[in-house]
Amino acid sequence: MMSDLRDWTIASASDALEKGEVSSVELTGAFIEAMEAGRTLNAFITETPELARERAAESDARRKNGDARGPMDGVPIAMKDLFCTEGVRTTAASHILDNFIPTYESTVSGNLRDAGSVMLGKTNLDEFAMGSANITSYFGSVKNPWTPEGANANLVPGGSSGGSVAAVSGGLAIAATGTDTGGSIRQPASFTGLVGMKPTYGRCSRWGVVAFASSLDQAGPLTRNVEDAAIMLQAMAGHDPKDSTSLPLDMPDCRAACTRDAKGLRVGIPKEYTLDSMPAEIQKLWDQGAQWFRDMGADVVEVSLPHTKYALPTYYIVAPAEASSNLARYDGVRYGFRKDGASLDEMYELTRGEGFGAEVQRRVMIGTYVLSAGYYDAYYVKAQQVRTLIAEDFKKVFNDVDVLLTPTAPSAAFFEGEKMDDPIAMYLNDVFTVPASLAGLPAISVPGGLDTSGLPLGLQLISGVCQEETLFRAASALEEAAGFTARPGEMA
Amino acid sequence: MSLTKDDVRKIAFLARIRVPDERLEPLAGELNNIVGWVEQLGEVNTDGVEPMTSVVETETPMRKDEVTEGGITDKVLSNAPDGEGPFYGVPKVVE
Repeated sequence: MMSDLRDWTIASASDALEKGEVSSVELTGAFIEAMEAGRTLNAFITETPELARERAAESDARRKNGDARGPMDGVPIAMKDLFCTEGVRTTAASHILDNFIPTYESTVSGNLRDAGSVMLGKTNLDEFAMGSANITSYFGSVKNPWTPEGANANLVPGGSSGGSVAAVSGGLAIAATGTDTGGSIRQPASFTGLVGMKPTYGRCSRWGVVAFASSLDQAGPLTRNVEDAAIMLQAMAGHDPKDSTSLPLDMPDCRAACTRDAKGLRVGIPKEYTLDSMPAEIQKLWDQGAQWFRDMGADVVEVSLPHTKYALPTYYIVAPAEASSNLARYDGVRYGFRKDGASLDEMYELTRGEGFGAEVQRRVMIGTYVLSAGYYDAYYVKAQQVRTLIAEDFKKVFNDVDVLLTPTAPSAAFFEGEKMDDPIAMYLNDVFTVPASLAGLPAISVPGGLDTSGLPLGLQLISGVCQEETLFRAASALEEAAGFTARPGEMA
Repeated sequence: MSLTKDDVRKIAFLARIRVPDERLEPLAGELNNIVGWVEQLGEVNTDGVEPMTSVVETETPMRKDEVTEGGITDKVLSNAPDGEGPFYGVPKVVE
């Protein structure tokens, strides 16, 4: 067994399991210990060690019989607590679901289970995935493993998939699932030095995933490297008749695409992603990224996405509107928390007033307002029109380039307590990730380097619809050029 | 367009969220900030632009319209806060 559990990747674990150098029971046992020892991170809402040991033993038995199911078989992973898991409490980090035990399994977690992977537990997140710092969870905020020793406050891990990235970056799991509505996979990956990938809208089934904004929600992997992201995505994705927006297409071989070089790749640098307020270090890393691609023989050109600045306001109409509709189901009647009232309306109001946290209430109310009679056209229809323009900008650009290179986030991880008074300052975290979400495009964050405080910074690549192979090809080239090996608690 | 305390009270009721009176005023401020900020979309010329209805253009497969599962009342009711026999319990709604 490796002494530092952070040395394990999906690929290396799969290899060691196949060669019989380690069993899934041993590997899983080591990660269960790490999970228990790492509770100060608050990465998990629910730990499932018994279930994990059981599945690990089943995996070992399969392998012994020559029935191993592929590279995920026996690999211990963490599951964002937004995926419904049969018989295992699923909370969405909300009081309103804190006693909810699904009687069914989400398609994505079911796919991973069927691929043989071992679920260690359910990870913390922003309540209903609404947030960029994992500070809105009913179960408390998550600590970023990169928090400097002796700091007065914790660094946030980003959000909403904050527990998932803390678990992987802190060595409590080999990989984890995330979901991304406006950046909830990519921004936390950037804050913790991990790879976070959001596939094309429709690649991963939304069935059984607690819904936030249905036209934007996509599941994806959070891993230590690009190859692992390709392996894990392959297991998660695929057509699902239970989700009408699930793409009826097979996933291409993204792992194979990781071995191709970047020679001749056309890389676009969208000029509108330059922000006045952006730290110089991020601009520098972005320029460095472009230079790496030039050095590898790619054609790097400046491109224009004229409607970029409208993406964030568009998102903050569309996402709350869909959320207000999706969250109408939490009524205290069929499942979840209930607060009794004298009338049905009073019961609804008290249940939702007490069951939802402040940020969720804010967004549900914004959504209710923009969808209400007299305002629907002015806000919601207008936003969906601008969304069309944003998607058209991308479509035009992808006639000329294969991928776009941008920073993932406008800052490195910040301390808990910062940006908390002003919701809009918090929303700006997603300024670079939201446009691809609105257009349904695949995108990936790859660790690019460290800032002067020693905190990781990610670079984002975006490709056209269903062009995941190109995206993985570019991402693995970028990963190789960046050569990022830094880890929390170790100075590079 | 600026939201008043009464507007927020109305929106909160539409959303069926009980907001304590003392929170209405601060909430009006927070919502006004957000609404004021998203109103910059007014600058964009969207004449003749179709509102997006489908993120990824694709043929949606059809399935047969048939019952695929059922008879799982216990499972369906297993998380009900106030299950009464094979029913959900709610406060009295009919006088």
